[in-house]
Amino acid sequence: MSDLTVPPPLGLPGEPAEEIPVGLSPFRASLRRFGKNHLAVVSIVILVLIALACFFGPMLYPEDAELGDFDNISAPIDLFSIHPFGTDEQGRDLLYRVLTGGRLSLTLGFFGALVSVFISIAYGSTAGYLGGRVDDVMMRTVDILLALPFIFLAILIKIVLQDSGLHVFGIAFDGPEASVFVAVVVTLWLTPAVIARGQAVTLRSREFIEAARAGGMSQFQIITQHIMPNSVNVVVVYSSLLVLEAILTESFLSFLGLGVQPPDASWGSLINDGAGKIDSDPRLLILPSAFLAAVLFCLNYITDGLRDAFDPNER
Amino acid sequence: MFRYVTYRTLKSLPTLLALAVITFFMMRVAPGGPFSSNRRVPKEVRLNIENAYHLHDPIWEQFWRWFWGVLHFDFGPSFKYRDYTVSELIAHGFPTSLEVGLWAMFISTVLGLILGIAGALRRNGPIDYTAGAIAMVGLAIPIYVIGPIGQIVLGLHLQWLPIAGWDGTWPYKVMPILTLSLPNIAYVSRLMRGSMIETVRTNYVRTARAKGIGERKTILKHAMKGAIMPVVAYLGPATAITVTGSIVVETIFGIPGIGRYFVDGAISRDYPLVMGVTVLYGAIIILANLLTDIVRGILDPKVSYE
Repeated sequence: MSDLTVPPPLGLPGEPAEEIPVGLSPFRASLRRFGKNHLAVVSIVILVLIALACFFGPMLYPEDAELGDFDNISAPIDLFSIHPFGTDEQGRDLLYRVLTGGRLSLTLGFFGALVSVFISIAYGSTAGYLGGRVDDVMMRTVDILLALPFIFLAILIKIVLQDSGLHVFGIAFDGPEASVFVAVVVTLWLTPAVIARGQAVTLRSREFIEAARAGGMSQFQIITQHIMPNSVNVVVVYSSLLVLEAILTESFLSFLGLGVQPPDASWGSLINDGAGKIDSDPRLLILPSAFLAAVLFCLNYITDGLRDAFDPNER
Repeated sequence: MFRYVTYRTLKSLPTLLALAVITFFMMRVAPGGPFSSNRRVPKEVRLNIENAYHLHDPIWEQFWRWFWGVLHFDFGPSFKYRDYTVSELIAHGFPTSLEVGLWAMFISTVLGLILGIAGALRRNGPIDYTAGAIAMVGLAIPIYVIGPIGQIVLGLHLQWLPIAGWDGTWPYKVMPILTLSLPNIAYVSRLMRGSMIETVRTNYVRTARAKGIGERKTILKHAMKGAIMPVVAYLGPATAITVTGSIVVETIFGIPGIGRYFVDGAISRDYPLVMGVTVLYGAIIILANLLTDIVRGILDPKVSYE
């Protein structure tokens, strides 16, 4: 190298120097970093395409598509027929089944993660901001719960809830989907709560919080208006992992026959159906498995990308 | 050291207690007692039966009685498998589950270590890429997808191994054990690769090389000691993954272990069975975490005995 080169900006040795234009907010800078991670961007595109297919694809089918076409039972794959991926042994269109199953899996996954994020931020912010004995008790509880074998308790919660006939505010919590949803949320909120609490502890001593306190805001107002919004960014990095885990937990329960019940289907229950028929028709297994695997791969890459771009510890 | 072990042990007691309490009270909020069957029974008879089973005692006494039973491995009668107690079912299924689980743990640790070390020493070589591919599949794809695909490829098409079933012989064991160990092979190899790459850069490894004791001895005797720590710390979570996975694997391959009973019990609402297995497997996972902590405390001088 010649002597004239400008010394590289500070950073990890061996990493290419990053050019962040002056005046770019940290969030925009992170977003730009994320955009340079091609694998993650491609993953997002694929994920959005799969989601669009799952939500709008079934609309292209006639309304009685789930009843089955008895003229075409176990039809083979023929991309140019009305059943592009064939039909199952009851004449139901396979692609239609997988797409509607995906709609359920993705909805449960995303909303499960969303609700877990909200609960964890509320809980973690409260514990971290209040501090002292409240914090001790709240976080000790989380510690104990984290050490429990949660998949077993999720199964227990799920079956107890489904038998309970519980209705709160007109929402039936005893349906198969709702009870799976609760089991998923109960399993997921703990780890992000610990992260949110850590953020709240550092926020507590910042000037703007002190100013808010001096200005006469109540503790509730400070938590909801200052602490919680400022804890969102640390948990967001974690959220795609939560979606992944929510989808995994749902499909795990459904695979065991403890989740979504027929005639409804999710990828987990379709894989379960297919696993029982591998000797007669492997397609029943392979198609939902492929969709599930594709979504999981995408979410893995997105999680990696988000962590590289947004997590300050990684830089 | 003694203080550290005592402290860790005491710390896991509240978790065990929480497990028992949550499981018991979940069961109690479940509607319908064991004697609310369809058959009409005179009220006096039902009350008598319920009294005989202490269902009208204060709830803490009931909990204590159940908990005392659990401490003696008495989980009560099974609802689904009449004439059997939950303990008998567990005693029947546990040896099989344990065998599959221990083999899976053993294989995933050994294979994961080998793949990880080989990958770290020959970075970006063929072994490293193969290990990376295995890890990616193992981390991203759940075993309830991998198991059936293995059945199609190895069982149906190649016909190397039986598709499912169990008679205790090796052909029947290979596929379940490999399926169960795959996620942990992936984790262990990634952990080991990362920590070995870091360790071979440290000064003490350079010193060992400089002494001229040979590459093989440097890696296996010196670098290994430091690099293996993350893997040791991972043994607790690995046990949890194996225990959870065994439910799936036993369902897929039709293995007569506890996992099968557990799933059947959960579907048919056999609460005592579900509770019994939850408490047993939960305790195993908590104890595995405790043991991992203790072993780490003994092996790793960096762990503080606080």
